[in-house]
Amino acid sequence: MKLDARLTEKVVFFLLLLATLVIVVPVFLIAGLIVKNGFAALSWEFLTQSPRLGMRAGGIFPAIVGTMYLVFGTAVFALPAGIFAAVYLCEYAKESRLTRIIDVAIVNLAGVPSVVYGLFGLGLFVVFLKFGTSILSGSLTLAIMSLPVIVTASREALNSVPQSFREVSLALGATRWQTISRVVLPNALPGIITGAILAISRAAGETAPILFTVAAFYLPRLPQTLFDQCMALPYHLYVISTQVPNLKPHIQYGTTLVLILMILIMNLTAVFIRAHFRKKKQW
Amino acid sequence: MSPADSVDQPIIRVEDFDLFYGGFQALLKVNMSIRPRQVTAIIGPSGCGKSTLLRSINRMNDLAGEVTTRGQIIIDKQPIYGKGINMVDLRKRVGMVFQRPNPFPLSIFENVAFGPRLHLGLSKTALREVVEKSLTGVGLWEEMKDRLYAPALSLTGEEQQRLCIARLIAVSPEVLLMDEPCSALDPIATDHIEELIRELKSQYTIVIVTHNMAQAARVSDETAYFYLGELIEMGQTEKIFTRPQKRATEDYITGRFG
Ligand SMILES: Nc1ncnc2c1ncn2[C@@H]1O[C@H](COP(=O)(O)OP(=O)(O)OP(=O)(O)O)[C@@H](O)[C@H]1O
Ligand SMILES: [Mg+2]
Repeated sequence: MKLDARLTEKVVFFLLLLATLVIVVPVFLIAGLIVKNGFAALSWEFLTQSPRLGMRAGGIFPAIVGTMYLVFGTAVFALPAGIFAAVYLCEYAKESRLTRIIDVAIVNLAGVPSVVYGLFGLGLFVVFLKFGTSILSGSLTLAIMSLPVIVTASREALNSVPQSFREVSLALGATRWQTISRVVLPNALPGIITGAILAISRAAGETAPILFTVAAFYLPRLPQTLFDQCMALPYHLYVISTQVPNLKPHIQYGTTLVLILMILIMNLTAVFIRAHFRKKKQW
Repeated sequence: MSPADSVDQPIIRVEDFDLFYGGFQALLKVNMSIRPRQVTAIIGPSGCGKSTLLRSINRMNDLAGEVTTRGQIIIDKQPIYGKGINMVDLRKRVGMVFQRPNPFPLSIFENVAFGPRLHLGLSKTALREVVEKSLTGVGLWEEMKDRLYAPALSLTGEEQQRLCIARLIAVSPEVLLMDEPCSALDPIATDHIEELIRELKSQYTIVIVTHNMAQAARVSDETAYFYLGELIEMGQTEKIFTRPQKRATEDYITGRFG
């Protein structure tokens, strides 16, 4: 039996379309639902006030601020470490057993469940190093979680800088480090930054790593030092969804919307940087 | 030393030089002398080791992973394969122009200023002077002086190659190594670059690798013919092209082989 080629074509097309819809439709449904229900909750008060009445009223300001601190702290720790590790691996380390082991380790680290990072952070930063449950511990934990992605993205960015740039620079008498700092890094930076923002924005939405390391159940005042606890949006969402009975659902939707918007803004920044520099890139 | 002497005294001496890429020997016991302020052309079929030799003179081969060498290359009495040789000084003295024009994705000014910024702590005005002098040296200043901050990658191939030469002479090297500097250019641009090479030889010692026999004949004072990693014959260009001593050389330059 021979199937009509045109019929096959139609069936295949239909199946492919269906598969795409299966992916796209839920995304739009979720986004639509959150925006529709959450938008009503958004108000100046919601964004700038502390929660009141056992989190059943008021706003989510401390959680917004806490998440911003954590994003900033994560970037401060993860960016230099990630970039320097990538520079070492790409520009200095000769291909060897050790670098292959490091490669495997990085790939595997990227696949470790986030709760494991949380427990690791609890063990190392909170307990062993005695940082306590604090912004410091939380930022470090999130930084370690983001590192594999940042290192991988940075290495890709470094490797995409043409070898000839390095050769010219060295041939002009630049040292290795001058070549890296004046030629390689500037050209790789857009790629590095893009990857880093994506990694950190993912970290910003995680609950498990901050659960034991920084997040406060309810803390209406803002943190004063690195050693204070703070509230954070993902954990706050978890709390008001599971621990607070008789909560008006629009508060949950509103919190979700704010979290998603923050992440969206970071991701859009990354996309914008990438698009901007791709246009300018001429090699 | 009298001026007459200094022309006869070679500035670069390659002595019993072997080079291995891993187990593969790319250069075999090469012995040659390169005279100052002359153009020396290196010719030979693809894969005979021309680039390898050139890159041995500024030790760019050290970047190619598993490279071992025997013998010595002496530049101005200084053995460059000795202990404690300063790579930065060497590469400042011995500069390189590559096959494809490869300016950095920066402005024209920043490209030329790259080397001086590394090596000389110049004031703004002094830096501008170096840039002007270098661009003048390659015949680009008049055209470029009003658009120094235009991106270098917006220039034509010929202009880019000139710019790369300007970037090089901005660090005042003594020797310019050129690896097929015209092979990515059209014939007219090639003429212009050859003209520039003839001008530059009054100040620099130039070693040029070329696949183009006519080019070697046009620009060089001396020519060295390589085959499978060995120096077969070297001498005055005129002699090499009219009365080569070796049969192999004659076969190559007359196009019977290659
Ligand atoms: N990095 C390297 N590792 C291993 N072998 C190499 C390397 N570079 C060059 N070779 C080999 O050494 C030999 C000489 O190469 P080289 O590039 O010097 O030749 P060439 O004369 O410049 O050739 P062409 O005219 O094609 O540029 C070739 O057989 C080449 O395959
Ligand atoms: Mg070559």
